[in-house]
Amino acid sequence: MGSEVVDHDKVGLTDEAATMPVERGKIREFARACMSDDPDYVESPSPVVPPTFLTTVNFWMTSETSPLAQVGLDLRRLLHGAQEYVFHGPPPRAGDELTFRTRVDAIYEKEGKRGGTMTFVETVTEFRDAEGTLVAEARSTAIETGKVAS
Amino acid sequence: MSATWEDLVEGSGPEPRGYGPLTRTDFVRYQGASGDFNPIHHDEEFAASAGYPGVFSVGMLQAGILATYCTEWLGTEHVRRFAVQFREQVWPGDRLVCSATVASRHNSGGARTVDLDLLVTRVESGGTAIKGAATFVVP
Repeated sequence: MGSEVVDHDKVGLTDEAATMPVERGKIREFARACMSDDPDYVESPSPVVPPTFLTTVNFWMTSETSPLAQVGLDLRRLLHGAQEYVFHGPPPRAGDELTFRTRVDAIYEKEGKRGGTMTFVETVTEFRDAEGTLVAEARSTAIETGKVAS
Repeated sequence: MSATWEDLVEGSGPEPRGYGPLTRTDFVRYQGASGDFNPIHHDEEFAASAGYPGVFSVGMLQAGILATYCTEWLGTEHVRRFAVQFREQVWPGDRLVCSATVASRHNSGGARTVDLDLLVTRVESGGTAIKGAATFVVP
């Protein structure tokens, strides 16, 4: 048996489009947290975002609109399995404004070696520029373990 | 100083680079920057209630460090794909080593790209924290 909490009917669930401004100060803060000493993040007025920066879309989602929140994962049994970013050109820059939507792409189960049945939830977030062009995609794989760690 | 196309033969890569030892402060700084406030990475009681010996790092922190390592080599504006699989967890006091190798390179119609194999290793245990892959364009 899989998770008692995860709702498989949530596959395909897509949130409303929302907007994420790409901010210079946030890029600088994020780059430092990722141990970068690239002077571009300090000196350039419009630096390109670091490869994993779009994870800060967290700040522009609400728990009501986040599809992953609606799937109902238990934080105590949650692991981050994988993450992928694809850019269809140079990554966004400070000053850009992106529109994003997230969908639940897949929910499936696998037998774990130690933790019983593991439930995998894959979400995809698409980022578009002001013209509506798809500029980046983020795929996230969350894993809910069958029981707490021991 | 970005690498040139001539440098980027299959099997080549930059010198591996060490980071850390990672601290709880590093975890908290990353959580504040990223907006991921899962308490399992900073609240010892919460981590214990989930069955862990203590707090552990945010996977996306070591992914971000790996991204920093790659972009300092090939340029942030040149990344087109960055993908990671999280393997072993990373704990306070862990030192990490990032490495990258050119897996293949492509030159079609003047568009030159390299595909990389990426690794984040835990120094003390020798275990793999992250296996990754990336694609960069090479001007």
